[in-house]
Amino acid sequence: MITIQELNEIKQKTLENMKLRLQEDSGKGLHGKHVLICGGPGCHSSNAEGIKKAFKEKIKEKGLDKEIKVSLAGCFGLCETGPNVEIYPDGIFYAHIKIEDIDEIVENHLCKGKIVERLLYEGSLKDGKIKQVSEVDFYNKQKKIALRNCGIIDYESIDEYIALDGYQALAKVVMEMTQQEVIDIVKASNLRGRGGAGFPTGRKWETAYEYKANKKYVICNADEGDPGAFMDRSILEGDPHSVLEAMAIAGYAIGSDQGYIYVRAEYPIAVRRLQIAIAQAKEKGLLGKNIFGTDFSFDIELRLGAGAFVCGEGTALMESIEGRRGMPRTKIYRTAHRGLWQKPTIINNVETFANVPAIIQNGVEWFKNIGTEDSPGTKVFALGGKIKNTGLIEVPMGVTLREIIFDIGGGIPNGKKFKAVQTGGPSGGCIPEEHLDTPVDFGSLGRLGSIMGSGGMIVLDEDDCMVDIARFFLDFTVEESCGKCVPCREGTKRMLEILERITKGEGTPEDIDRLESLAETITNGSLCGLGQTAANPVTSTLKYFRDEYEAHVYEKRCPAGSCQSLLEFFITEDCIGCTKCARNCPVSCISGKVKERHVIDTEKCIKCGTCMEVCPTGAVIKK
Amino acid sequence: MANVTFTIDGQKVTVPSDYNIIEAAKTVGIDIPALCYDPNLEVVGACRLCLVEIEGSRKLQTSCSTKVKEGMVVHTESEKVVKLRKEILQLLLDNHPNDCLTCQKAGECLLQRYAYRYDIKFREHDGARRPNLVDTSSPYILKDDSKCILCGKCVRTCNQVLDRKVLSFGGRGFDTRIVADANFSLEESTCVSCNRCVTVCPVGALVDKRLLGKTRVWDGEIKGVKCKACDYGCNFEVLSKKGKNIAVRAKAPSEGRPLCLKGRLTTELMYLDEPETPYKKEDGKFQEATWKEALGLEGVFEKILSDENDKK
Repeated sequence: MITIQELNEIKQKTLENMKLRLQEDSGKGLHGKHVLICGGPGCHSSNAEGIKKAFKEKIKEKGLDKEIKVSLAGCFGLCETGPNVEIYPDGIFYAHIKIEDIDEIVENHLCKGKIVERLLYEGSLKDGKIKQVSEVDFYNKQKKIALRNCGIIDYESIDEYIALDGYQALAKVVMEMTQQEVIDIVKASNLRGRGGAGFPTGRKWETAYEYKANKKYVICNADEGDPGAFMDRSILEGDPHSVLEAMAIAGYAIGSDQGYIYVRAEYPIAVRRLQIAIAQAKEKGLLGKNIFGTDFSFDIELRLGAGAFVCGEGTALMESIEGRRGMPRTKIYRTAHRGLWQKPTIINNVETFANVPAIIQNGVEWFKNIGTEDSPGTKVFALGGKIKNTGLIEVPMGVTLREIIFDIGGGIPNGKKFKAVQTGGPSGGCIPEEHLDTPVDFGSLGRLGSIMGSGGMIVLDEDDCMVDIARFFLDFTVEESCGKCVPCREGTKRMLEILERITKGEGTPEDIDRLESLAETITNGSLCGLGQTAANPVTSTLKYFRDEYEAHVYEKRCPAGSCQSLLEFFITEDCIGCTKCARNCPVSCISGKVKERHVIDTEKCIKCGTCMEVCPTGAVIKK
Repeated sequence: MANVTFTIDGQKVTVPSDYNIIEAAKTVGIDIPALCYDPNLEVVGACRLCLVEIEGSRKLQTSCSTKVKEGMVVHTESEKVVKLRKEILQLLLDNHPNDCLTCQKAGECLLQRYAYRYDIKFREHDGARRPNLVDTSSPYILKDDSKCILCGKCVRTCNQVLDRKVLSFGGRGFDTRIVADANFSLEESTCVSCNRCVTVCPVGALVDKRLLGKTRVWDGEIKGVKCKACDYGCNFEVLSKKGKNIAVRAKAPSEGRPLCLKGRLTTELMYLDEPETPYKKEDGKFQEATWKEALGLEGVFEKILSDENDKK
């Protein structure tokens, strides 16, 4: 069992070793440095471990291993430029690092203090000046609460978490506060569920607290499943203790001694790091019996999900933990009254939990000063699609979509035009350019026909067909519907069939009416959130891009030039007769003499696009 | 139990406070359509047909899972509700074979009844349909997946008996099916042919195979009887045509009554004029059996006879 004194001792001792990284100390001489390597999902799969090893070896070879610390940290956010390496206290950000580059960084930067400009992240080099990582455009508009430790601490070190005030909130809660006081703080902060629905966390906790029962449960929903989303994964992998600490706080508040983290088995790294973190916390007595010598005991176990998207729905998740098929329950009781094994249960998302210790530590006022009145705090987003800076960001609520996409995200690559942004994954919708100045919070996105969702943000440009985007998300929903209720099981399938017809150029005007009517039925009639929001990708694109649907249906034309069946390849006058297209065509449908304009036989053409790719003069176009 | 008074379709009704809207509606003769609701089974809210409008509630609510509250005002046939119901029924018919002419369940089928009530018709379309998988392996139960509407009643009733739990959901989404054990045929599975599933199936997906082609509900007379095989006294029906008892079928089990094959066969033997050959499952195979074997009376029977003879 750990005491608060011991906790503070660990904090002081470890903090001393982390000062360089926090830039609180300019380093002991030239060589005192920290090399942080991003161990986020993207960089990890691009050999972050190998890079760490190579750095260590080289540094040892130079005899600097006493002065230079090398460690892996959680996601830096800029996945686009990975593998990423940061060097402190200089605050230098190297991008796209390969094993071969390491010698140069060690020789020049670490040994001689000479920054290797060719390897710098391009955004940190402006007008010949080198910017610190905190000053680059991608980071300076961000505000990190949930990701506060990601990219700073070594995710496998509980001491480093403790050094940055880790477990102080839990200590304060169990030793100084009553259950009601904890709930009052969470309520007053107006922290809203980051899993998508935005339900006030404090109210959820209070409902479970007030309901008398001999056993209560705390569940962390880590079944992140939206296509392209990795917010929760990054928190679990980069700062697992923040979630454990918050769960224990929640357990204290509602009177529970058992927590479960339901994490998908497809996140093996998150699972491993959580296992390590839980073992460390138990060893230190921060989980287990009589935490900080009080009567409060709390234990956490992992439950691995098999990857069904619907298990992210709270009651389906509980069914799954109980060992049954993951299907949502009909709402007869609140889960805060009868949830897991019919006992009062609170279920919060990873990011929601990650906010809790920070709120307890810094107070309600601090939290409410960030974000908007309706949605205080920050939100983590995973930026993807047609955007320069693909990656993970955390911004205060209330920043506009424009700021996120153009200032932080760096805008659309290849000089293309922005068309829409898809928020909220398969339950969300597409927001067009005219609404780019909308502040991002729960209410505003809802009013536009989309949702905040868990934080996926997919940017679409002029080449993306909106009907096809709707089809893509419907395809996902059809695949992931559990099959329990009729509107979702049968309705989404029929919607998908219609969308497939339209994108093939076989749609009829009635199909658009039928889509609207089906959307209404599925939204109003479905049992759970998955079905109730399944039609959003269709309704939002019908609302803002109806002309594209109509072009497909009436003119058999795809305005974005994306639906293969509606395209024709055509060779313009720019053709120089090089015969390259004809030679590469897999079905030999291009004819023409050398140095004369070639012609495509559209009857035979399979629209593979090879001719367009190989043409040296750009004479092949899609019509 | 305290009573509550609420308004349903303009009528004031007073019922015990633990009533669901659907049960309360029944007390005043309002029949809210539902395919997955059964008072003897766990409420699941899957078919969504029983959705009703409750004043002050933003969303429609399923009347099977919503308890009545004092002062509640419910509309069971509002425009919004009816439109939704029609669309749900259409979705079901779009994925259901047009076989009412020869379907054993005709006349008793709930889907048929509601489609008629809301004027929904079969229609042509080239979209996907449920695969036409028919399990004929059992002499007692015919399982036709193409007709299944996935209400899940069969799964729930099968799971009420601890040592049965044979049926469950398999697959996902549009491809969801009811499967026996690990997707075995009824013959290979641990199914004990109690026919509980058949009694609750609202459509023609699970039918009593020994009834097939003999009679349909409007054809002859039906008389309720109690099984005498054991103390549970499960309910059965004897179906007769032209004065001849031609078939026996199990009635839905309630109040903990289990239903079993032996009881069903005993009832057949007692009431039918020409009972069909009984079958017994041995090592995952159905075998023709004698009545003594089927009812487990071998040895016992001889003993009784010789005992009686001795007394004479």
